[in-house]
Amino acid sequence: MVALSERMSLSTMQTIRRAPKTTFDPLFRWASVASALLVLLVLAGILGSMVYGGWPAFREFGFGFITSSVWSVGKGEFGAWVAIAGTLTSALIALVIGVPISIGIAIFLTQLCPPWLKRPVSTTVELLAAVPSIIYGMWGLFVFAPLFARYVQVPVSSLVEGMPILGTILYARVPSGVGLLTAGIILAIMIIPFIASITRDILDQIPTILRESAYGIGCTTWEVVRHVLLPQAGVSIIGAVMLGLGRALGETMAVTFVIGNANRLSLSLFDPSSTIASRIANEFNEASDLHFNALLALGCILFLVTFAVLVLARLLIARVRNR
Amino acid sequence: MNDISRNALPTQPLTWARVRPGRRIADRTLKVVCALFTALGAFVLGWILLMLLYEGGSALSLDVFTHVTPGPGTEGGGIANAIVGSFILTLLGIVVATPVGVLAGTYLAEYGKGSKLAEVIRFVNDILLAAPSILIGLFVYTLMVPPLGGYSGWAGGVALAIIAVPVIVRTTEDMLRLVPGSLREAGAALGAPMSTVIVHISWRAARAGMVTGILLATARIAGETAPLLFTALNNNFWFRPDLMGGVSNLPVMIYQFALAPYENWRSLAWAGALVITLSILALSVVARLLLKKDHAR
Amino acid sequence: MTSIAVTASRAIGNAPAANPTAPVRIAVRNLDFFYGDFRSLKDISLDFYDRQVTALIGPSGCGKSTLLRTFNRIYSLYPEQRAKGEILLDGQNVLSPSVDVNELRARVGMVFQKPTPFPMSIYDNIAFGIRLYERLSRAELDERVEEALRKAALWDEVKDKLRQSGMGLSGGQQQRLCIARTIAQNPEVILLDEPTSALDPISTGKIEELIEQLRTEFTIVIVTHNMQQAARISQFTAFMYLGELVEFGPTGKMFMTPNKKQTQDYITGRFG
Repeated sequence: MVALSERMSLSTMQTIRRAPKTTFDPLFRWASVASALLVLLVLAGILGSMVYGGWPAFREFGFGFITSSVWSVGKGEFGAWVAIAGTLTSALIALVIGVPISIGIAIFLTQLCPPWLKRPVSTTVELLAAVPSIIYGMWGLFVFAPLFARYVQVPVSSLVEGMPILGTILYARVPSGVGLLTAGIILAIMIIPFIASITRDILDQIPTILRESAYGIGCTTWEVVRHVLLPQAGVSIIGAVMLGLGRALGETMAVTFVIGNANRLSLSLFDPSSTIASRIANEFNEASDLHFNALLALGCILFLVTFAVLVLARLLIARVRNR
Repeated sequence: MNDISRNALPTQPLTWARVRPGRRIADRTLKVVCALFTALGAFVLGWILLMLLYEGGSALSLDVFTHVTPGPGTEGGGIANAIVGSFILTLLGIVVATPVGVLAGTYLAEYGKGSKLAEVIRFVNDILLAAPSILIGLFVYTLMVPPLGGYSGWAGGVALAIIAVPVIVRTTEDMLRLVPGSLREAGAALGAPMSTVIVHISWRAARAGMVTGILLATARIAGETAPLLFTALNNNFWFRPDLMGGVSNLPVMIYQFALAPYENWRSLAWAGALVITLSILALSVVARLLLKKDHAR
Repeated sequence: MTSIAVTASRAIGNAPAANPTAPVRIAVRNLDFFYGDFRSLKDISLDFYDRQVTALIGPSGCGKSTLLRTFNRIYSLYPEQRAKGEILLDGQNVLSPSVDVNELRARVGMVFQKPTPFPMSIYDNIAFGIRLYERLSRAELDERVEEALRKAALWDEVKDKLRQSGMGLSGGQQQRLCIARTIAQNPEVILLDEPTSALDPISTGKIEELIEQLRTEFTIVIVTHNMQQAARISQFTAFMYLGELVEFGPTGKMFMTPNKKQTQDYITGRFG
């Protein structure tokens, strides 16, 4: 045993310590709190500026702002109905098409995918989410729309011509490929990666023991999915869908390219229309006076609707992502 | 009792054929449909990338990277100013967003555990994460464009920063939460004040994840168009040193040029689309690789 | 005597004898501890002698770790935990709000059950604690790092890889790194919270040897659920049960002829 006590170097005597720095610690904490509060301030700011800027339009047109479908810059008369209807319809179409596909992809990734395929498919989904929305817009307008016009709009129009209901909603007066339905389809493609990856995370978090016990009694994959996984994940998947809805409601660039930007209300899905976001994107930079306020009022409506949807989504979905 | 033959197992083989046909069909349908949907996703991605490579590729030339965007009716031109402008705006956005986002995320993970305020902020942050970017553009417009006297790169940078902050807050908080509490206790046990423990131990331990979050935020804002429409706008010149008068950038340029009647404008839009998409995809892939490398350690 | 007591008594023979004439380093007086409303330490009074190893033993949940963690006030990281009473370190009550808790922790070091190397190089792991309170030149720092690693019996194994990450070491080496990190600050007291329970027997043996060597310089308090370990390396032993101090005394006496029946029962393995 080495007699360490013999190595009485200076350091074993009482060490002289300098006073610890006392100013940096509270400063750091303060900076962190302030940064966090900034997040709150930004949200409040967005809401505040929309309400403040849109107020003149609300005051001028009252409740009629929401129900009127007149949007005339020349006459100074503005009504939000066309934009609201367009926003809601395109988002709805996006959900109807996108949700089943997203869930299907999530099921594939978690239940059916062979291990060697998992990484490439996951990466594909993530890359799809990373593609900027403007690129989707370009693809929609220059690639998808012409094909859609030729192979869908024209044949369907001639098929339903004259029929009672379908003859109105699925009839294209000018089959250009752009329109409400096209916008809905492009939106669907855009929200699929989001809903799919969140749903995949949700399904992954279901304890394996539940899955294994179901397979263990001889259930087919479909039965496990239908009777065990989806009910278990149920509420969270609805949350994921709402998140997708929020995205679809607020999406601007992709929609602007393919929706045709018409200010008139039309009952046909093949006709051009507009959404709140596309209307703002198109007209804001040239707007002044009441037009300006009307656009901000549109923004206010969009904010409130999206906010409500996102709050609902957040409440439904427990914080799933724990990579 | 021990007569096994009386409790004999069925002599039929255990095959799939014994399952009721209805169940089999349902199961097979599911599998086919799910695989089909997944293939559809891959197909669309492939189609988009091919489109970009074809249209964008054919529009590429050295001029594209060396000339500025042409005015209406002018021949030729390039997108050099837009590329540089996008770079500047993205950089500005990230430089502003990173300190705010990292500190806010640090608050949520280290100081705010269990506090009501932290819960509210986390909630609001998640809302902001998914908020329509066009509204953020409108907000920054009202805040910074008339007051500063016009469109500017500053407004554009701030708008992008507002979009990036929630992403960075979220990833920073998630990564810091993964750092084991025992590490923090060990730091505190040496007499380190909380800020030292956080900066030198927690941040260090979560470093890879935090950097990934910042890279992902960068990839996200690099492609954003809507918030720039009313803040930095776009023009056909190089950026001014004071960044006033708007800053040309790829997304808005693509938007304006793609729908224009001029042939060379449309072709430049494709070139820009290719450049921006490849950059963003590359950044995303690098970010994810970084995270995977750290997890493997 | 049962076999456990026999092995314990054999183990005792190896440790140096207790020295109750040594000065008192830490004096605990009427200490209560609360997790929220739950009182987990009840009126503890106890002395820890200078440069002696005192072991805290007892079944799970008896409060031995809780007691240890009051000495460096590490519990104050958690708002719902509170201590009441007096803990006198060289006469000064460390629970008093006027004592700077960070400086206290530099004087009273702690090593945890799970090895916790910082995500830095081995060199920086050691230097981290030193740099907190001292401003040294590069040469002085190098010397201190080497000294700490030598005292922790780790120098020969890592001297060629000081720049490598501390997380690349084996479990036993990591724990010795944590010990080196603590002694680099020249504390007066070293607290060890079950330091070998996560390690293999060989590493455990090395660390027990290390504790023996460190005892000549530092006052050591060790929490252990392994009675043989307590018998092997400590001079004094305190037996705790359900938040109370049942018995305290020189290790030899505690294991051979304890005063209380409860102590006897625990040591002979009748419970816990």
